[in-house]
Amino acid sequence: MTQEGGITIDGATVAKLARGVRLREDAVRGQKVLLAPERAMALDEIAVKIVEALDGERSLDRIADDFAAEFGAPRQRIADDVAAFVQELADRRMLEVIA
Amino acid sequence: MTTTLLDRPESTRIVKAPPPMAMLAELTHRCPLACPYCSNPLELTGIKEELSTAEWIDIFDQAAALGILHLHLSGGEPASRRDLVELTAAASERGLYTNLITSGVGLTEKRMAELAEAGLDHVQLSIQGSTPTMADHVGGYRGGYERKMAVAGWVRATGIPLTVNAVCHKQNMDELGDMIDLAVDLGARRIEVATVQFHGWAEKNRTALMPTRAQVERTNVLVEQARERLKGVIVIDYVPADHHSTYPKACMGGWGRIGINVAPDGKVLPCHAAETIPSLTFDNVRDRALSKIWYEGQAFNAFRGDDWMQEPCRSCERKHVDFGGCRCQAMALAGDPAATDPVCIRSPLRKGLTEAAERDAAATPDPFVYRGR
Repeated sequence: MTQEGGITIDGATVAKLARGVRLREDAVRGQKVLLAPERAMALDEIAVKIVEALDGERSLDRIADDFAAEFGAPRQRIADDVAAFVQELADRRMLEVIA
Repeated sequence: MTTTLLDRPESTRIVKAPPPMAMLAELTHRCPLACPYCSNPLELTGIKEELSTAEWIDIFDQAAALGILHLHLSGGEPASRRDLVELTAAASERGLYTNLITSGVGLTEKRMAELAEAGLDHVQLSIQGSTPTMADHVGGYRGGYERKMAVAGWVRATGIPLTVNAVCHKQNMDELGDMIDLAVDLGARRIEVATVQFHGWAEKNRTALMPTRAQVERTNVLVEQARERLKGVIVIDYVPADHHSTYPKACMGGWGRIGINVAPDGKVLPCHAAETIPSLTFDNVRDRALSKIWYEGQAFNAFRGDDWMQEPCRSCERKHVDFGGCRCQAMALAGDPAATDPVCIRSPLRKGLTEAAERDAAATPDPFVYRGR
């Protein structure tokens, strides 16, 4: 069987949450959590936005463009933040990379 | 005379606790395997005493309302329950993240597809070795290895993430590299490597299971290298041998802080081995609401916070790091559940423990005393 290598994230990456990874409202603690095998990550607002943007259609570059327009923030910084967070999700095997 | 906090009436001994994160639902103690380190209690619950489907579903309702996020469907072998698909669907409908912890024996391709349809989020499949010879020898079940390989394929076909669970000990620890490679080949996203814990049934098999210090040190290095080499391919979670460590593990992430365990008969425990501590009294979900049990139950409050700690834990800077280690291990080895876990280098019992571990590690392995054979 071929062994899939680790994924390196760049601006062209298109990804969505892998099966078994899902974002959920945690009403008891008043937060949103990303649930995955043996993991529950409490996400801040920005992280929630990024996870929701991983729709399996938009590239990370597109997502950064959209966020820059929406928040009027420096695009490069947004792109770096998105890439760092998405790389972390990939390293934890929480993403399905479409392209 | 010293009075332990356990002696105080329940109402005076309640430490504020956060809502629980996870529930281990031991659906049954029935199991086709006979592992010599079985973590179920020495006294098993029979099928007649098991909670019904409706009772489990009511527990899932209460669990979701209490703030539980992860539900681990375990046993025994949970596939021994005929209502496993129904229970999975009910838990999933309540938003719980459902994780099936299985030996694979008792699953079929059809049942796996039904579980996927029911919303199962994750499967943890145990392996006992990297070859059929080793795996079936340890599990005491011929054909078990081949069945597991098939189950892994069925899980992969559904797309549900797979974790391989590998319990390590003297006899299979040197194959750990092959077990990690096997997990990658099976398409697992994670592998959990845990060294045998020496209380309960494993105590009967010390000379057969206790790894040598050299084995443990090689394994520590191997895991570090594999993590680096397989970054982004497979996540490796590793529980090292605590008899060979410096400090104890943060057992359960702290008593009554994160997890809640429901036994097949509805008894609610702070950890799966808690019944080995005779000073604790356990509530049953058949008699009392889960939230009352979690927040007010005697067993859950017995070792919450740090008031119960003795020296050397009480003044130790690590007391909120490892919470004094494992209470059941303290009970088993020190005869006192509030003692420092004897695996801690600061415990007066550690020297004797190390000597016993080294003696059993060096000994010729006795034949396995299998569970239930």
